[in-house]
Amino acid sequence: MRRLAPLLALLVLPLAACGDDGPDGTDETTLTVYAAASLTSTFEETADRFEAGHDGVTVKLSFGGSSDLAAQIQEGAPADVFASADTANMDKLTADGLVDGVSEFATNTLEIATPPDNPAGVSSFQDLGKAGLRLVVCAPEVPCGAATQTMAGQLGVTLAPVSEEQSVTDVLGKVTSGEADAGVVYVTDVTSAGDAVHGVAFPESDQVVNTYPIATVEGGEHAALAQEFADLVTGAAGQQILQDAGFGPP
Amino acid sequence: MPRWLSLPAALGAAFLVLPVIAIVARVDWADFGTLITSEASRQALWLSLRTSTISTLLCILLGTPMAMVLARTSFPGQGVLRSLVLLPLVLPPVVGGLALLYTFGRRGLLGEELEALGIHVAFSTAAVVMAQTFVAMPFLVVSLEGALRTAGQRYDVVAASLGAGPTTVFRRVTLPLVLPGLVSGAVLAFARSLGEFGATITFAGSLQGVTRTLPLEIYQQRETDVDAAVALSLVLVVVAVIVIGFARQGRSVL
Amino acid sequence: MSLEVEASVPDRDVEVALEVAEGETLAVIGPNGAGKSTVLSVVGGLLRPARGHVRLDGRVLTDDRTFVPPHGRRVALLAQDPLLFPHLSVRDNVAFGPRSGGAGRRTSREAAHRWLAEVGVEELAGRRPREVSGGEGQRVALARALAAEPRLLLLDEPMAALDVAVQPALRQTLRRVLAGRTTVLVTHDVLDALLLADRVVVMEGGRIVEAGRTADVLERPRSAFAARIAGLNMVRGPWLDGAVSGIRGIATGPAPGAGEPAVAVFRPSAVAVYREAPAGSPRNSLPVTITEVEPHGDAVRVRADHLAADVTPLAAAELELAPGLHVVFSVKATEVSVYRI
Repeated sequence: MRRLAPLLALLVLPLAACGDDGPDGTDETTLTVYAAASLTSTFEETADRFEAGHDGVTVKLSFGGSSDLAAQIQEGAPADVFASADTANMDKLTADGLVDGVSEFATNTLEIATPPDNPAGVSSFQDLGKAGLRLVVCAPEVPCGAATQTMAGQLGVTLAPVSEEQSVTDVLGKVTSGEADAGVVYVTDVTSAGDAVHGVAFPESDQVVNTYPIATVEGGEHAALAQEFADLVTGAAGQQILQDAGFGPP
Repeated sequence: MPRWLSLPAALGAAFLVLPVIAIVARVDWADFGTLITSEASRQALWLSLRTSTISTLLCILLGTPMAMVLARTSFPGQGVLRSLVLLPLVLPPVVGGLALLYTFGRRGLLGEELEALGIHVAFSTAAVVMAQTFVAMPFLVVSLEGALRTAGQRYDVVAASLGAGPTTVFRRVTLPLVLPGLVSGAVLAFARSLGEFGATITFAGSLQGVTRTLPLEIYQQRETDVDAAVALSLVLVVVAVIVIGFARQGRSVL
Repeated sequence: MSLEVEASVPDRDVEVALEVAEGETLAVIGPNGAGKSTVLSVVGGLLRPARGHVRLDGRVLTDDRTFVPPHGRRVALLAQDPLLFPHLSVRDNVAFGPRSGGAGRRTSREAAHRWLAEVGVEELAGRRPREVSGGEGQRVALARALAAEPRLLLLDEPMAALDVAVQPALRQTLRRVLAGRTTVLVTHDVLDALLLADRVVVMEGGRIVEAGRTADVLERPRSAFAARIAGLNMVRGPWLDGAVSGIRGIATGPAPGAGEPAVAVFRPSAVAVYREAPAGSPRNSLPVTITEVEPHGDAVRVRADHLAADVTPLAAAELELAPGLHVVFSVKATEVSVYRI
């Protein structure tokens, strides 16, 4: 493989021209934050707040599935901060010694989403076990699916979904298009979907709580700044933004 | 050929071949057998082969007449029609999935009619086949239309002058003459169906044994078990290579 | 009349009317773009004329209301290329017509063997088309066309793509199988017209300019094209004072009246070439500029636009004949035949 290296370098050479122009010659600092997709709107707001308080600092946000982001950091992606939608992925990075100062900053609970007119008349989690209901959930491999499975187990409800989707976005897509009668997603997803879906909260939702941890990434160039960003998220201002979006306190 | 072309050619080949080698290098051979024979994997592979075969047949059944119409007739708006038929080739598959959803979905263009007939397309294996057919059809049409144009109509004219009606000419002369083109189009369509992901996940959903084809299974496994994902990827690569090899063999025989 | 065609195709500026009697072979000759292929297309049903009709054995194939598609016409086509179906054996190629006509597999194959034997290539029956030579292929194509038992055979320059060496043998075969068959033959080759056709029509610019028995047309051409393929010089003009455009000659047939359009025709071998006009000669003298000098059999053919003269190689060398040279073509009045057109 070693002998292939020069060849590979040659291959990649033209791509270098595609890279974004760095702020060469200026004293601009860029802080790179990797965050779970469910944090998109809240972290955009938090980043604005952060930039307003730090002259010359630009926050670059990269959103994606928590496991994708964790895998990228494992492969050496240049992240300064990582916010995960579950503890499992953060634990992986902790075990590899790639993150530092892990702290939990938010929780999320499940909620049922139906099309706005709720055609199947779903009013409880137990209703999801009804025969003939077109239920869409997340696959057990992704955090929201794991949470759904746990919830069903605890409540003794047997779910027969017509599809196990890859992400919350896919579940919501099937619900908003009216293909599915109901889907199980997070409270925050129902909030951000607005009028496109009807949320059905259920009292047992606090039995399964998803916890969001944040940490700074080892070897980042801006360790102090990264810690300040994490502090903003866990602090009062950051918490307010999260609560407005439907997140629970850690 | 100028000799210096060999260098960029080698670079291009390396760019295409290295990722395949990288996949092979990443395979966890010790557990390979167990990983690819799990219930979920076997169901996904079987589902993929089944749906891709049906999609390919549909592409042949519907695409061949389309290629004939495009190659052998001319009418106003034919250029526009050709562009539309080729659209899935350039469309992101997810967009194709959405388009299918808005057509055949419950609240889609034909949703009410289908519902009235008791046909539920979404979340069914039929939806997988539709998604695959949608993205694969242009490959067959393009390949066959090209073959038809190359073959020309001279043999058809001779056959007609010998007393053969249009259907006989089509069956006994036109089709046999373009068989290599039809085969390579069908192989491309099969390969495209086998690799179909975006339109399927958008339109059909993902459920083991019903709609979760091999690419969806790989995407899913990647979340928790990278080794399984890599092993399945290799299976997909091998199946694709077999299909392409078979097609080349078939062409050289013809 | 077995075949009657009257067609007007304004798109291609073609306007023709022709008839072919039962069992007769009609040759259609003319320069490229004269409209010969258009005529075949109209007869074969590949082209619907704007106006006109095609009748074969009293059956209407094309008119204002009727249009029989090609496969229903019983008009078989033999083109320059054999166009044998590459995926079928020679036998199945020939059996194609009978099969399409509803005959069984066995009957069709028997017919195929019969027709292959008729054109002398029965031993090729088991071969693939790519395994036969050009001449053999054209014989197979002929057998295939005949096996369809057409009422009319269309031949579109059937020997143009063949090696000169194999042409005579195929021409003999054609001569034999065309006897008694109603045929339209498009050709460039005077030999084809002479040996295969009973009558010939000459087309120029989308019109038939001349028609008649082959021998008559070649002996007494009225069109420039017919004169050229007959190897004759021709000058057109009004008949004035015993001359056509100043060329005196002997009137053959009914003499033209004064001022009537006429042609003067003479063989290139009757033309002598001089550097300067011979003084006091009774011969016709035509000052010309040489455009081409080329070998022609034992002689040298000297061309000057549409006129030609054949001289001996020795004379050509002595006179130093070369393109661009001004010379005089000289021909005796007794060598020139003049007739009305």
